[in-house]
Amino acid sequence: MSTMGTLNLERVTCTFPARGANAGYTAVADVDLDVAEGEFVSVVGPTGCGKSTLLNVAAGLLAPTTGRVTVFGQNLQGINTRAGYLFQSEALMPWRTALQNVTAGLEFRGIAAEQARLHATDWLRRVGLSAHGHKYPHELSGGMRKRVALAQTLILDPKILLMDEPFSALDVQTRSLMETELLNLWAQDRKSVMFVTHDLEEAISLSDRVVVMSAGPASRLIGEFAIDLPRPRDVAEIRLTPGFVEIHKLIWTALRDEVQKAYSLSLS
Amino acid sequence: MRRGTLVVCQIGLFVGLFVLWHVLTATEILPKFFFGEPLVVLMRVRDWFVSGKIYPHLGVTLIETILAFLIGTALGLVFGLWLALSDFAAKLLNPYITALNSMPRVILAPIFAVWFGLDIKSKVMLGITLVFFIVFFSVYNGVREVSPTILANARMLGANGRQLLRHVYLPSATAWVFSSLHASVGMAFVGAVVGEYLGSARGVGYLILQAEGVFDINTVFAGVLVLTACALVLDYAVTLAERRLLRWRPGSVSSNAS
Repeated sequence: MSTMGTLNLERVTCTFPARGANAGYTAVADVDLDVAEGEFVSVVGPTGCGKSTLLNVAAGLLAPTTGRVTVFGQNLQGINTRAGYLFQSEALMPWRTALQNVTAGLEFRGIAAEQARLHATDWLRRVGLSAHGHKYPHELSGGMRKRVALAQTLILDPKILLMDEPFSALDVQTRSLMETELLNLWAQDRKSVMFVTHDLEEAISLSDRVVVMSAGPASRLIGEFAIDLPRPRDVAEIRLTPGFVEIHKLIWTALRDEVQKAYSLSLS
Repeated sequence: MRRGTLVVCQIGLFVGLFVLWHVLTATEILPKFFFGEPLVVLMRVRDWFVSGKIYPHLGVTLIETILAFLIGTALGLVFGLWLALSDFAAKLLNPYITALNSMPRVILAPIFAVWFGLDIKSKVMLGITLVFFIVFFSVYNGVREVSPTILANARMLGANGRQLLRHVYLPSATAWVFSSLHASVGMAFVGAVVGEYLGSARGVGYLILQAEGVFDINTVFAGVLVLTACALVLDYAVTLAERRLLRWRPGSVSSNAS
């Protein structure tokens, strides 16, 4: 790992202030994470381990309590303008059509409407939604909405892509299609990706490196695994290869205890 | 049920109630003096429109209503947005808003009459105080419930504070404004008519007051009937505007056709 990566999290701790009777809650503690240029890193961990907190810190939506974030060697202040963010829940503006949602970021940057529209039309074509630009989000299927969100983010050409379980709400088939599509889009210009998921298979089939977090509260990084499976990959087929099964077994051993811990915590 | 059948049934119910009213008063089960006679009421309404006597009165009442509705809604929207986005302003003004809202504001009518005179200004002011709070509260609560994900996404896409207001808060608040507009139209009417009732020289409320003075119950009912019809028309106009502006909302039209 290079010490001067694209995105560096150094000793990041996030504590949320006490509310009423609850004591302060530490979501993540002392996390070091580097994402190199063009690297696809997945963060896996049991439910509630603070994966999303970490992503929000990288996005600049949340300032860490202690520790620091650097982006291309510079301290992050406020929103991370070099990053695009794909959210887990619905993030499209429901009052804008698919096309208008894709142009939003260009509009915010003051790019002329006609030029933005042309550019967005091209991006809708690239995610296979040419015929649906005039539709509102509620008229699109879940998979289509994710494609619009992908186009909305990628049109701004961010150098870093932050993804928070973006496909977890989709059905299995759509999900596998979207994962393949994501890999194809990513292969075109190799952005640095930080991908958060609780699905180990998804993490392995997409990533160059998988980072495992412990169960919350005060989650730490407890393991790091390089995934040297050949690219380009087909996310559906790669799961059947011996290499995949082997690495899956290896990471699962590390993850299993934490999942169990998180589960028993949720019961208590 | 098909839409056509439903409309026929609705009209049927209306006619049925009139017939019931007619039968009960014609047989003197209900005394005509207190309950009026539907046929005379309808004749009175017809005479008003044929002779044209109603137009200046109805015109004044509608102008008062529409002005109160528009100004009250605009103020409610602006203050709702402002207080929802400024924590300090919200905390500072909170007790005052609560106090003003729980006050029976119709009681302000005589004060407004003294301040603004007996012409339309005092009625519009009364209507505004009634409409304002309905719109204000729905915008205030609506803005505070804007999806945090949509907000975070807009910020990640590069929206600054002004752009967030214009592209996220305002469209989101518009949806909430419309949910309150049906109630606001009714309240704007209440403001206008109560204002007229308490002191005026024109308007449908004035006509009703005059008729009550001579125990002409049929004219009172005729006035009420005309006002109700106008309120229905205005409510429909709101529904049409809603249909145009909130095309993006799933099922917004059918669920709000109250």
